Amino acid sequence: MSVAEDQNTTQRPASGDVVVAAHDLTRRYGDGDTAVDALRGVSLDVRAGELVAVMGPSGSGKSTLMHILAGLDKPTTGTVEIAGTEITKLDDQELTKLRRTHIGFVFQFFNLLPMLDTEENIVLPLSIAGEKPDKAWLDELLDKTGLAKRRTHRPSELSGGEQQRVAISRALITRPTILFADEPTGNLDSKTGGEILDLIRDSVNAYGQTIVMVTHESRAAVIADRILFIADGLIVKELKGASTEDVLTVMSTLSS
Amino acid sequence: MTRVALKGLLGRKLRAILTAVAIVLGVAMISGTYVLTDTIKAAFGTVFTTVYKNTDAVISSKSVVLKNQSNSSNLPPSFPESLLAKVQKLPGVAEAEGGISDFAYLVGRDGKVISGHGAPPLAFSVHPHGDQHFNPLTLVSGTWASGPHQVDIDAHTASKDHYSVGQSIGVIARGPVEQFRIAGIVKIGGVSSLGGATMAIFDFPTAQRLFNKVGKLDAIDVAAKHGVTPTQLVREIAPILPRNAQVRTGTAQAKQATKDTNSFLSIINDFLLAFGGVALFVGAFVIANTLSITIAQRTRELATLRTLGATRRQVLRSVLLEAFVIGTFASVTGLFLGLALAKGLNSLFVSFGIDLPQAGTVFATRTIVVALLVGTLITVIAALRPAFRATRVPPISAVREGAVLPVSRFARFSAAAALTTIAGAIALMLVGLFVGGISTTDRLLAIGIGAAAIFLGVAMLAKTLVPPLASFLGWPATRLGGAAGALARGNAMRNPQRTASTASALMIGLALVTLVSVLASGLKTTFENSVNSLFKGDYALTATDNFSPISIASANALTKVPGVTVVSGVRAGDGKAYGKRIGVTGVAPDISKVITVKWYEGSQAVPGELGDSGAFVSKDYAKSHHLESGSSIDVLTPAGKTMHLRIKGIFSPPKGGSPYGDVTISTTRFDAEYQNPENVYTFVDMTGGVTPANTARLNAALKSFPEAKIASESQFKKNQEQGIDTLLNLLYVLLSLSIIISLFGIVNTLVLTVFERTRELGMLRAVGMTRRQVRRMIRYESIITALIGAALGIPVGIVLAVMVGQAIKYPAFTIPVGTLVVFVIAAVLAGIVAAIFPARRAGRLNVLAALQYE
Ligand SMILES: Nc1ncnc2c1ncn2[C@@H]1O[C@H](COP(=O)(O)OP(=O)(O)OP(=O)(O)O)[C@@H](O)[C@H]1O
Ligand SMILES: [Mg+2]
Repeated sequence: MSVAEDQNTTQRPASGDVVVAAHDLTRRYGDGDTAVDALRGVSLDVRAGELVAVMGPSGSGKSTLMHILAGLDKPTTGTVEIAGTEITKLDDQELTKLRRTHIGFVFQFFNLLPMLDTEENIVLPLSIAGEKPDKAWLDELLDKTGLAKRRTHRPSELSGGEQQRVAISRALITRPTILFADEPTGNLDSKTGGEILDLIRDSVNAYGQTIVMVTHESRAAVIADRILFIADGLIVKELKGASTEDVLTVMSTLSS
Repeated sequence: MTRVALKGLLGRKLRAILTAVAIVLGVAMISGTYVLTDTIKAAFGTVFTTVYKNTDAVISSKSVVLKNQSNSSNLPPSFPESLLAKVQKLPGVAEAEGGISDFAYLVGRDGKVISGHGAPPLAFSVHPHGDQHFNPLTLVSGTWASGPHQVDIDAHTASKDHYSVGQSIGVIARGPVEQFRIAGIVKIGGVSSLGGATMAIFDFPTAQRLFNKVGKLDAIDVAAKHGVTPTQLVREIAPILPRNAQVRTGTAQAKQATKDTNSFLSIINDFLLAFGGVALFVGAFVIANTLSITIAQRTRELATLRTLGATRRQVLRSVLLEAFVIGTFASVTGLFLGLALAKGLNSLFVSFGIDLPQAGTVFATRTIVVALLVGTLITVIAALRPAFRATRVPPISAVREGAVLPVSRFARFSAAAALTTIAGAIALMLVGLFVGGISTTDRLLAIGIGAAAIFLGVAMLAKTLVPPLASFLGWPATRLGGAAGALARGNAMRNPQRTASTASALMIGLALVTLVSVLASGLKTTFENSVNSLFKGDYALTATDNFSPISIASANALTKVPGVTVVSGVRAGDGKAYGKRIGVTGVAPDISKVITVKWYEGSQAVPGELGDSGAFVSKDYAKSHHLESGSSIDVLTPAGKTMHLRIKGIFSPPKGGSPYGDVTISTTRFDAEYQNPENVYTFVDMTGGVTPANTARLNAALKSFPEAKIASESQFKKNQEQGIDTLLNLLYVLLSLSIIISLFGIVNTLVLTVFERTRELGMLRAVGMTRRQVRRMIRYESIITALIGAALGIPVGIVLAVMVGQAIKYPAFTIPVGTLVVFVIAAVLAGIVAAIFPARRAGRLNVLAALQYE
């Protein structure tokens, strides 16, 4: 199926379908003596309606993996399929189209546009694609994220937590096949971070949103359905329905 | 996406305005030029239509040699008054009236000529008791001048110099100054002034007497009988006209006059537009650089947009849209600023001695269209490169630190590309300058595009030159400024492309200023050398404005001064020989006592042997027409008479310009053939040479000739060079516009840099740097940038001057070291001025806020 045809399909994949499939990903930075192998053969599947957390020590390759899964970076070898499309061979134009329909991002540093207000920031992906926002959906998101009273505020007038909620709403507004979040709570205090995690879990429960989240924090990881542990560019362990203790145990073995 | 671009622009107002300034000034120059010349054209148009309103046909004198007449020595010869009676007898003629037009200076109460600022001192005749049917003038107060001692003067002069009816005013026509009583104040057409032109109106017989035109006429206005069309009338008159008279319908005459002035005005127009073009070119540099910087600073934002689904094309469009909006805003502002600038340009011209008439301001549609189109287009074109670079920002930059634009695929070849561009540009310029058989337009185009491409090429190369230049030129800063100086030098070298682009904008202005100063200095040296070799007299007699020809009456007055041994002048006029217009000069037999030239054939004695039909010619002229001593040559005078002349000698003119025309005859013959002989310069020898007593005696003799002045050799040289200096200053003022624009470029870059380095500045302040040191750091960076501009611009200017100089066979090439040093100092000052605002902003940074800044 070509990306272009796929563009107008608003239907969500049925729960349980594989929406992201990675095979044997490797990623090498630089070459010669100074080469770094950030990924050394990673394969994984993400199913619709699933919240997957990726954990691992610093420098283990989490961000690299996520960038490749999201089509921001290309693997040295290996393939990535999103919603059935092999994305590693797509050109810039095709990737852009894919992003519009299938991919949402939440960044550590929010990346909101300072000159747009809350509502404009949220509907930005739709305005870029030249589409009209679904009014009811927008209102629901504003309600759910508690931003209804902040509609016309600029990012500079919002707290960090509020800014991240705007960013999450912006990612959800297009109902993407897959939402990638790289340390979404990394720049927030623990209380605000907790609120953001609740929101992320909620969007999976309430809307069946599929999410891949990279995190450092065990309390973030435990909200996931599945946790993938990466060390030295390889997936070394996988936990389902893990508790904080389980996560801490695994992490301490990895960093030792 | 459009909204994002527009909101982004609003969110960066200061940056947008700083970017726009570069274009505002250039567009203002374009619109100001059009407004000025259109206004002048309209004023002339009004004057000419009014002048010929009631006239069906005009008979005017014409020069057989020339099409247009501009200055008094070239006035067309008058025709006999007897023609009037013949015209009046024609069956189609209802009424016909003869008139005199000439030039006469008005002399103020201080005994000095009332200056027309380069505009001519007009003089007309009036028939005071007639019905004024043909008279284009209207009385503001008083009556028409009547009798030998009355004059009417123009309202502008009257109000400017506080003259009213009944007072007395001096007039110089052919001889010494004469006093007249002001009978009336007049005004012409719908305009209050004809630029600086003064007007003196006399009754008809007085005018004939004053201008030695008794029994002669310069024009006849004719009204047709009822039922006779102007064209029929013209056809009826034409056969009875003498050779040096012509007839046109009133409308055709007005049209012709308008056309003549318009062609002069389009030269001024093109001249000014060229400076507008240069300003816009510099503006394009500034815009391209400013946009590059702002886009680099927005890398993260652009990348985020890409992750949200924006295509490259959308990014391109949003940057171009931003440029379009800035360009449009700047153009509209510039368009209206042009209205004010038109007034400024006019006063500039007036202060440089060119005064032109003005009526209501003309704001033509063409002005609006051209200004908006050019301004917007240039901004968008300048934005192309930064816009394409913006499209290469990869989405992954949304999650990465640092604000660097990806380098172009061709970056590796940039130095080679720059050198190729420069080579191509020089080749193009050389073609324009030296290759024969090209039309002037193509030639100018080749030179213009070539020069622009040289600037582009040097700007491209500048990136490579910046690190060594900054290191070298920044050395004094590290000495004088301590840590701040060292940091400034480092900052200037940190982003070579940015420093290079900023300095390049200044380079263009400085290169052009250098070009004109080098050429002017060569011109002066040549002129001095030639005056030194030619001029043997003690004193020179010239017009007070140093260049107008003056009546021979003043020279004659000097012959009676005790101690004067020689008074010998050079008359000048036009002639036609071998089908071409030539310059004819007339000299007295004793001219060799005051002017020496080298003789190719004959000797210093030749001027004394000219007699009635002798002539001498310049070597070049002799060569091109195969003339030698003894050859004969026929020269047609403006009055239509042919002079049969015999060559008595051939002189080799010095490099700096010839004191004589192509053909020179004796003053006796000249005065017989030319209606109003005037001297361009006269030289005087006195016993005892130049002494205060001699000078005083000569000045006393000139008391009733206020249009003339006496000067010693050195004064004469200085006076003549004043013309070059005036032109030079005019060019400097016009070029300063592009230099100002490039200064805004420096301001832009520094403001954006301060903005970008907020966190770094906060850190420096936190570790103990004082506000003063921060300001000093910014100031030194600015000075280093300006000096790089000078280091690039001055050599480029010299190279351009060498090329242009070679092309026009420039006789001398001197580098005005003093002037160039002044330019360098000016660049340093400019750098200091440009740094004021950015340095203040940097100094004001709140340390805490700066550190938290993200
Ligand atoms: N652009 C790059 N060029 C070279 N090496 C890189 C680049 N990006 C990442 N690396 C290296 O690849 C390895 C994996 O980096 P990555 O950013 O994926 O780690 P991470 O798990 O996200 O770490 P953290 O938890 O600190 O964010 C690291 O050793 C890093 O130094
Ligand atoms: Mg990371």
